[in-house]
Amino acid sequence: MRLILEKRPERSRWMPFLSPLLAIGLTLVVGGILFAARGLDPLHALYVYFVEPVTTWWSIEELIVKTAPLVLIGVGLAICFKANIWNIGAEGQLTAGAIAGAAIPILLPGWESPMVLPLMILCGIAGGIAWAAIPAFFRHRFGASEILTSLMLVYVALYLLDWLVRGPWRDPHGYNFPHSVSFESWQLLPTLGDGRVHAGALIALLVVFTLFIMMSKTLKGFEIRISGEAPKASGFGGFSRPRTLWFCFILAGGLAGLAGICEVAGPIGQLQPSISPGYGFTAIIVAFLGRLNPVGVLLAGIALGISYLGGEAAQIELTGVSDKTARVFQGMLLFFILACDTLILYRLRWIGTGLATTTPKRGQA
Amino acid sequence: MYKKYTAMAVGIVLAAVSFVASAADLKVGFIYVGPIGDHGWTYQHDQGRLAVEKEFGDRIETIYVENIPEGADAERAITRLARQGVGLIFTTSFGFMDPTIKVAKRFPDVKFEHATGYKRSDNVATYSARFYEGRYVNGQIAARMSKSGVVGYIASFPIPEVVRGINAFMLGAQSVNPDFQVKVVWVNSWFDPGKEADAAKVLIDQGADVITQHTDSPAPLQIAQEKGALAFGQASNMFEFAPKAQVSAIVNNWAPYYVDRVRAVMDGTWASQDVWRGMAEGMVEMAPYTNIPDDVAEMARQTQAKIASGEMHVFSGPIKKQDGTMVIGEGEHLDDQTLLGMNWYVEGIDDTLPQ
Repeated sequence: MRLILEKRPERSRWMPFLSPLLAIGLTLVVGGILFAARGLDPLHALYVYFVEPVTTWWSIEELIVKTAPLVLIGVGLAICFKANIWNIGAEGQLTAGAIAGAAIPILLPGWESPMVLPLMILCGIAGGIAWAAIPAFFRHRFGASEILTSLMLVYVALYLLDWLVRGPWRDPHGYNFPHSVSFESWQLLPTLGDGRVHAGALIALLVVFTLFIMMSKTLKGFEIRISGEAPKASGFGGFSRPRTLWFCFILAGGLAGLAGICEVAGPIGQLQPSISPGYGFTAIIVAFLGRLNPVGVLLAGIALGISYLGGEAAQIELTGVSDKTARVFQGMLLFFILACDTLILYRLRWIGTGLATTTPKRGQA
Repeated sequence: MYKKYTAMAVGIVLAAVSFVASAADLKVGFIYVGPIGDHGWTYQHDQGRLAVEKEFGDRIETIYVENIPEGADAERAITRLARQGVGLIFTTSFGFMDPTIKVAKRFPDVKFEHATGYKRSDNVATYSARFYEGRYVNGQIAARMSKSGVVGYIASFPIPEVVRGINAFMLGAQSVNPDFQVKVVWVNSWFDPGKEADAAKVLIDQGADVITQHTDSPAPLQIAQEKGALAFGQASNMFEFAPKAQVSAIVNNWAPYYVDRVRAVMDGTWASQDVWRGMAEGMVEMAPYTNIPDDVAEMARQTQAKIASGEMHVFSGPIKKQDGTMVIGEGEHLDDQTLLGMNWYVEGIDDTLPQ
């Protein structure tokens, strides 16, 4: 008897949904073994890691704070990737959005009006769009690879932010330390609950819902899917590839910019050299973990958020667990997801040794 | 209503669990910006934590969280410690300033100690060290040891802390050799071994035969050793990384302060304050002098003693800015307020300050 991998006659109907669950299950099992190897009670360790973050209100609120930007960016990227457009530069678009939105409180500190916050949010979205439009333009006009251009623009945006907060936008009363003035109450997003969850989380939910409807029920969603899966057919169908390209970049850039301004006008409350712990890059993982589906992205964002929070809780409550554990878990999760995805196109089969010679080889079927 | 009872029940259970779990009188928490590793900024803070554990034994319990980014995450990490019943929390990086203040407002019974910041409140104290005192000593040694009269300075970010260090180094060097040259390379990072190594190579190629750094990795020392130059360690004694190149190192010694503050909380005498301690209190130490002749080491030790006793002040006049304007005259020295906001170079530094 041995186990072989056999190509399925057609895509499995269930594996696209089962594979993330299977991957999570495998991660938990292997994670438990790792904890046991460290001399910890694996069940207790897994409880601290994955369950405790959702057992108290404050940590659920924290989970929402952590997840909101990941989901906002992740849904935009999911749609890009669905259309086979590789926008890797969401971190830069987030930064550009944060800069553009923060310009209002920094340049017009005394302007107190109910218009300020909506305008900041619009500027944030516009900043993200402007940053995303650059790779879109180069792709459209010159056929430049958007992977490279969007990624390289991340560093341009980060250094622009760095220069601004160390130079012209530095808080004049901040002893020359690199940060802007702290935003005032009317320049900050309204908060819910204990005071850390901000309106950005609600916006994220709304965006997920809208994009889910768009992708599954509208012609635009069909256009994006077909443009990614069968560009030629999409051309014959009368869909314009450049239009999809621009649409996807503008959407993802705008959402990343929105996430950026929600961070600085939310939990951070000022502009400073580091405003994101790599949300723009983590969101790429979130998009794939969520199977490029807006609702999936929401769930994936929560899963990743838990792994961050759990990693922190584990450092405090379990002896001898370092912060690297969180990364090990994220790595394992991704690895198992990719591995389990094989099962969408292939299946495992036990075969008897006697029959081995007559079984069609992989790929022949 | 139901929700409220559930929350209460959960709260009571958690409280009971934490009550049973902590036999110690006081829990002390530490928030680190980097990994602990085996040298550098965070490592030195962790040495302070270990000293606290050693001093108080079972009477206290310490908890730390490492690699916390300076952004929205910091507030959560600090809140988590406060909610765990930690009575005293050290937040050990400048970027934790506003999150510390925010969390402190919500937990008035918890005491907070923020390193290198300037915002305080009734339950937030700040502390920092006068690292520039060590840099003055380094500058004197460099001027005595350098044959080319050129020193390479690898700097992180143009904030007052770093600028002050460069100025102190230059003043020390000028006290030995008035024509001394300092070349500065900004690597825009606190820790980037690749960039730091490149900077060291460039500086040595430009004629520097002594390297000093305000970045955290031992890479510049290793390059210096490879190229036959001398170098100074940063934050920790980095002798093991470059036994043939390290002259000395400025060692951040937080241990006495941490022990003092923990004791103050246990005695009930803790109050918010702002301290800036240096060689006198032992917060800034010099690693053993190596790879230099005895007379140079002796000079360094004497300067160290003078600074520690208060006989000598690093920033004593006359001091001129780069453009020649006089900042302070003979017989006076710069006050702490000026030092804290320092954003100009002293005369003679071969660089323009990034603005």
